[in-house]
Amino acid sequence: MTLAVVLALAAGTYGIRFAGPQLRNRITVPARVQMLLSMAATALLLALVAVNAFVPGGKFGGWALAAGVFVGGVAAWRKVPFVLVVVLAAATTAALRLVGVA
Amino acid sequence: MIRNVSPIALTAFVTGASFGAIAVAAHIPIWLVCAMSLLVFAGGSQFMVVGIVAAGGSPIAAVFAGLLLNARHLPFGLAIGDVLGERLATRVIGSHILVDESVAFAMAQGDRKRAKAAFWTCGLALLLTWNSGTLVGALIGQVIGDPNRFGMDAAFPAAMFALVLPALKDRVTLRVALLGAAIAVATTPFLPPGIPVVLAALGVIAALPTRKKAVTA
Repeated sequence: MTLAVVLALAAGTYGIRFAGPQLRNRITVPARVQMLLSMAATALLLALVAVNAFVPGGKFGGWALAAGVFVGGVAAWRKVPFVLVVVLAAATTAALRLVGVA
Repeated sequence: MIRNVSPIALTAFVTGASFGAIAVAAHIPIWLVCAMSLLVFAGGSQFMVVGIVAAGGSPIAAVFAGLLLNARHLPFGLAIGDVLGERLATRVIGSHILVDESVAFAMAQGDRKRAKAAFWTCGLALLLTWNSGTLVGALIGQVIGDPNRFGMDAAFPAAMFALVLPALKDRVTLRVALLGAAIAVATTPFLPPGIPVVLAALGVIAALPTRKKAVTA
């Protein structure tokens, strides 16, 4: 692991992050496209949720993780305060792991 | 706003600490570990690159894998880039804190002004806790153990779900997001990490047959 690896990853990542807002600022995005972009971003966020809940690291992440996210999800849906959603999810997964659920 | 950002910032602190501990255990000097969190500021790719290099993988392959994982930030920037502001200076700084959480927080807000405040508050808070977490983890090292013992891996998706929930009230957005998430999960076993999440954007095909209509963001 060298400084060169860190700098390459940092530069590439920053480039990716800088390009989006920059491109958006250069061109005028029609309202319809803007709406689709916003929907696509929501899809990406929900995909992040699903992948991290069910298949983190490429394979099934275990029942403790899935159950924790599910409990957090139900709590969010029932309009439980955001802080509690996060705490409930983590606590459920931690408790299940404590009693030996994978 | 701060009350909502706090649990995410705390999760980032704990996860950052575990990154610091793992990276130091992989014999990376503390200054380099901290430089990585400060300059890269993308947790998933940092864990991945350290893991690949520590396992004896090629550094070039590691950087490439890390960048694939971060490719999703391009469509995120396209979607919410306007919350960074008009001035080049704010876009230069804002781009660095364009991370999953700050994007999700911005998108969960009703109007532009609140979205802007949410983006900057969340992004800067995470920048602070991710980096201080990394430093603490690198210093105390092995004592931390596996953060997943505390269910930290469930905290991130649950928080993100709570943030996207308001947007899913719109029928068309719901269809798009469900199709996208299904595509991502289905392709995850077969594709390099990061690509399935980007493919979720294909979910917009579920919106194409519909006529133009107002959508509440």
